[in-house]
Amino acid sequence: MSTDSTDVTGTRGHTFPGGTFRPAPGRAHPLRMLAAHTVLEAKLTLRHGEQVLLNLIIPLALLIGLSTLHIGAVTEPRVDSVVPRVLALAVMSTAFTGQAIALGFDRRYGVIKRLSATALPRWVLIGGRVLATLVVVALQVVVLGITGLLMGWSPAVEGLLAAVPLFVLGTLAFGAAGVLVGGTLRAEIVLAVANAVWFVLLLAGGLALPPQDLPGAVGALAHFLPSGALAESLDATLAHGALPGLRPVLVLVAWGAVTGLVAGRTTRLT
Amino acid sequence: MSPDADDSPALDVRGLNKRFGDTVAVANLDLRMERGHVLALLGPNGAGKTTTVETCEGFLRPDSGEVRVLGVDPVTHGERLRPRIGVMPQGGGAYPGARAAEMLELIASCSAHPLDPAWLLDTLGLTAAGRTPYKRLSGGQQQRLSLACALVGRPELVFLDEPTAGMDPQARRLVWELIAALRADGVSVLLTTHLMDEAETLADRVVIVDHGRAVAEGTAAELTAPHDGRQELRFRSQPALDLDLLLTALPEDCTASEIRAGEYVIHGEIDPQTVSTVTAWCARQDVLAHELRVDRRSLEDVFLDLTGRELRS
Repeated sequence: MSTDSTDVTGTRGHTFPGGTFRPAPGRAHPLRMLAAHTVLEAKLTLRHGEQVLLNLIIPLALLIGLSTLHIGAVTEPRVDSVVPRVLALAVMSTAFTGQAIALGFDRRYGVIKRLSATALPRWVLIGGRVLATLVVVALQVVVLGITGLLMGWSPAVEGLLAAVPLFVLGTLAFGAAGVLVGGTLRAEIVLAVANAVWFVLLLAGGLALPPQDLPGAVGALAHFLPSGALAESLDATLAHGALPGLRPVLVLVAWGAVTGLVAGRTTRLT
Repeated sequence: MSPDADDSPALDVRGLNKRFGDTVAVANLDLRMERGHVLALLGPNGAGKTTTVETCEGFLRPDSGEVRVLGVDPVTHGERLRPRIGVMPQGGGAYPGARAAEMLELIASCSAHPLDPAWLLDTLGLTAAGRTPYKRLSGGQQQRLSLACALVGRPELVFLDEPTAGMDPQARRLVWELIAALRADGVSVLLTTHLMDEAETLADRVVIVDHGRAVAEGTAAELTAPHDGRQELRFRSQPALDLDLLLTALPEDCTASEIRAGEYVIHGEIDPQTVSTVTAWCARQDVLAHELRVDRRSLEDVFLDLTGRELRS
């Protein structure tokens, strides 16, 4: 750290009127804390160049690329099959990779400890991050959805409502895994692990290609990864207007529960 | 607006022990601070100051011993305690990408009756840096923001862990004024530092800690008073002066020694005649006596006598 060089002349010789610091402790309303925390978390994500690249630019590029280039045996119109998988990728980018990296560096900079030392209850500390992630996911869905529509995507209208809880479930499942990685490892390691997992799941987890187009064992495995499960269930609702099968939902719940439980035990403040 | 009618002390620590693996961080430490007082924990690096503070804040669980902060157990009742305290951790603590003003406003939004964040930023000379992300602030600016975050909730008790580390002299003076103002308004302050003048100027009581133990405790005046009832005269001059000559001129029960090269101490009954004898002896040898003082060791002398003079890793 550099030493201080900023001029504080304006305040030199400051005398404070008596009572300026008279104690008046007290906790603000929890919803006020939750709102302030959520807003700042969301702002920080949307302002961060690399996060926007990961959360929006790459999914947009893949949406356009996979819909126009003829990769894999996908039924026409390609965009109908691509949009659900790109939306699943967007959820993974924000809730897992983005969350893990942000948490890793927030811990490095001592912010988790700093906030733990305030009146902010623990549930607000977690809730603010979850809500901010949901806000960002909602924005991604809107932007990617509009882009998809412009490219000729025709979603099954009856499936739109059913997709909403899937986005929430996917965000929670990937978010729990993100907290596990970001809350336990050193910031540099988090950066490496979170990006590597993202890349592997993109290629082999049923996102770039649907699980059934992946070779043998990899395709079978993809059904049991959160990426494949989310893509599959979004495909069922958005492309076919059907309810998602029980298996993908259970896969997401299981990943979220297991990583969440482990994260609860291993997450460190710094 | 007193939220708490009880008269429990600001801090009451008894028999605190904390170790990390094989390393003893705090050993059988007792601390007590009255409400509205400033207590300084003074000690070399690695003495256990931060461990003690973080235990009081509820971040660390004591291995044994009892910790009460404002009458509350910080580990089991942390959620009740935290709205009442302000914390300035060592090395700041903020979102790397958050602007200084945003960070302070977030902390302010946690409190029912916060100070005005804009006023606090201005007071700490941070208005111009209000839109600068935390990671781009200078070390001293980060420290000042961290102090603002500790104060904004109008706490009853603040923990300041090396608050002036990395600050320039102007900023340090401002922080001292702030701490004096806090004390005047009835806020209790636990301060860790390794700056003697900081402890001497600000603290009602000073506890010197080393290797996790309290090795001395009292007001700065008590700690620096002569300990054996005899008085003391200290001065600096050229090294290796002829003390035999001086001893023959001094009363019989006086002792004189050169404790470090060029640093002399006379013990005995120090009266105007003794001082005159010493300066006359210097004059005869054509040397000047610098920093001549009677009866008072500096806090630094006490500190170094107690904690040793070798460099700590």
